Amino acid sequence: MSTTPESSNPSSSSNGPSGQDGSGAGSEPVLLSLRGISKNFGPVQAIQGVNLDVPVGQVTALIGDNGAGKSVLIKTISGIWEPSGGHIYWKGDEIHVHTPRNATDLGIATVYQDLALCDNLDIVQNMYLGREETKFAMLDEIKMELATNQLLRDLSVSTVKSVRQLVASLSGGQRQAIAVARAVMRESQLVIMDEPTAALGVSQTAQVLQLIRTLSSRGMAVLVISHNLNDVFTVADRIAVMHLGALCSEGPASNYDTASAVELITTGHSSRVPSTLTPSS
Amino acid sequence: MSEDLSIPGPNSIGLLVKRMRQGDSGMLPVLVGLLLLVIYFQIRNAAFLSSGNLVNLFVQATIFILLGMAEIWLLLLGEIDLSIGITSVLGGAVTVILVDPQFNVSWFLALPAGVLVVTAIGALYGLIVVRLKVPSFIVTLAGFLAFQGVLIYLVDAQGTGGTIPVHEKVLYNLVYGYLTPLWTWILIVAGVAFLGYRMIRMDVSRRSSGLATDPLSFVIGKVALLLAAGIILAMVFNANRGTFVPLSGMPFAIPVDLGVLSFGTLILTKTKAGRYIYAIGGNTEAARRAGVRVERYRLLAFCLAGLTGGVGGLLYVSNLNGVNDGPPSTLTLYAIAAAVIGGTSLFGGRGKMIHAVVGGIIIATIYNGMALLSMSASTQYIVTGVVLLAAVTVDAIARRRSATS
Ligand SMILES: Nc1ncnc2c1ncn2[C@@H]1O[C@H](COP(=O)(O)OP(=O)(O)O)[C@@H](O)[C@H]1O
Ligand SMILES: [Mg+2]
Repeated sequence: MSTTPESSNPSSSSNGPSGQDGSGAGSEPVLLSLRGISKNFGPVQAIQGVNLDVPVGQVTALIGDNGAGKSVLIKTISGIWEPSGGHIYWKGDEIHVHTPRNATDLGIATVYQDLALCDNLDIVQNMYLGREETKFAMLDEIKMELATNQLLRDLSVSTVKSVRQLVASLSGGQRQAIAVARAVMRESQLVIMDEPTAALGVSQTAQVLQLIRTLSSRGMAVLVISHNLNDVFTVADRIAVMHLGALCSEGPASNYDTASAVELITTGHSSRVPSTLTPSS
Repeated sequence: MSEDLSIPGPNSIGLLVKRMRQGDSGMLPVLVGLLLLVIYFQIRNAAFLSSGNLVNLFVQATIFILLGMAEIWLLLLGEIDLSIGITSVLGGAVTVILVDPQFNVSWFLALPAGVLVVTAIGALYGLIVVRLKVPSFIVTLAGFLAFQGVLIYLVDAQGTGGTIPVHEKVLYNLVYGYLTPLWTWILIVAGVAFLGYRMIRMDVSRRSSGLATDPLSFVIGKVALLLAAGIILAMVFNANRGTFVPLSGMPFAIPVDLGVLSFGTLILTKTKAGRYIYAIGGNTEAARRAGVRVERYRLLAFCLAGLTGGVGGLLYVSNLNGVNDGPPSTLTLYAIAAAVIGGTSLFGGRGKMIHAVVGGIIIATIYNGMALLSMSASTQYIVTGVVLLAAVTVDAIARRRSATS
């Protein structure tokens, strides 16, 4: 593992997040904690002072208007870039995620909004990109193809003709399914999805939502960004709202309804939602 | 096995047609083009298909093929080397100077030294492109000028009037030495047997794993085609092509080319490194996010391009039987043309080592056929240009069709 935990001993994390209680994350242990995370691009402050806890075995939905900073936040967690300020804790230990590889090595799998697939490679090659199976240093294509077939069947992705077809030839929904399947295959502890249903039709959306529930019931933490409040209320255990680069509300999904969620998304506050924001440090 | 996941294929011809319509036309159009060229030259001059001329043609092609393969390492990444025609000859010149009686270094050291020089230049380019983020187009253009200067300096410094001849036997024999007819047969039969075995074994193990396969007739057809090509080649190489004394057998240059081809193809299709080179060429950011150490593999490709070009440089000086300070400026362009005519994309992510072989043979065919018909150099340039444009256009149209269907 090439990450650099500052304290590998959990007991020394006294300056870390407040732990399982008092953080408002319910009864499940917290897997990932963000404290005061900010990111600026030159003079542009994209996100600032974000505190967020992502508990194990639950679906946390991150919602917010276009440009609120949701994608920037998850890219910070995924090692696309380093935060300009703040701390990230993984199971109580502070970590520094310098590269995407650091994140995947920890057990964070991310399905990006643009899916990050290689059009010139086939489905199997994309599924295993970065973690190919080998035999005597040679790629073990048969093993990878069999496992891909199996996984796509498990996930009921039945519309692709052949796993050896180029990703360029797939429809938007199929591409999304492949990107999600790839994150699932990595047996990660945290799966992050950026707008996974944005490009999908009704039945494929239902499939992806089902998939998200399956992941959390297997004990994985899921952090999902969505624009679609229907999807959010169907699938989320917890909801976090971003407004203009800041996290403005966070809590169990039962604290919210469509009206209050819309209010939070557009104005950043709502009188009808109890404030459950995690205090900084 | 779910029906959804298997390739529907009525028969091999149907499969071939289907793939072509999907834009995956492979090398068929270029091969048809090559066939037309061959027919034309053969009609105009019956000596074209004589074994003497064909062997000559293959040897002429080896340099385009090797430099074309060097370019493919970079083209796959969406990079390019505009200096390979100079740097490879510079490597060759270093070898020629080292084996020259005044230094008298053994070929055993001198040949690798020449290749190493070109590899080191590739590594230098790679470092500048990867670390300093200067486009390879510019870096190698600068290299073209600078290393041309170095070459002139090196050759002139020997005080032999701008050319250095080769007296060393091994270097000379790279192009002018031959396998005996028996060894020619052994090599070709072994090669065909190995490739055929690999193809059949791959098919069998896919079948026994329950994976979709091409129809059996398709695989058998490919092996049969390979066998036929091997036999024809062996007969061409082993026919007597001497005018005064009998002369037959495969020139050493051919197995050198085949060795480099096998090495490159193995890396590209069977190893992680190859997979990552394709991935980076297709979508660099996706590769990076998947955890690929992008900088490392880009640098590796630059080194492999230098390595491949270095071998090409040795064949170049061997063929010329020496080195002079002014190699033809067209060498680099022919290298890129060979790769692109064969079907490798200039935009990264698409290409195979074998493309340089097909492209190199096409360029050598034009070159050789026109010389045979005593056509002028001007005609030869024009025709090569037109063929290059035609190849790229056919490819672009096929790709557009596959993108919109
Ligand atoms: N790479 C970048 N460079 C500069 N600004 C960026 C970059 N990525 C995002 N931003 C800016 O950060 C803000 C938040 O963007 P983003 O996180 O993509 O919004 P969303 O919540 O819709 O996903 C936007 O104003 C956007 O313009
Ligand atoms: Mg976004």
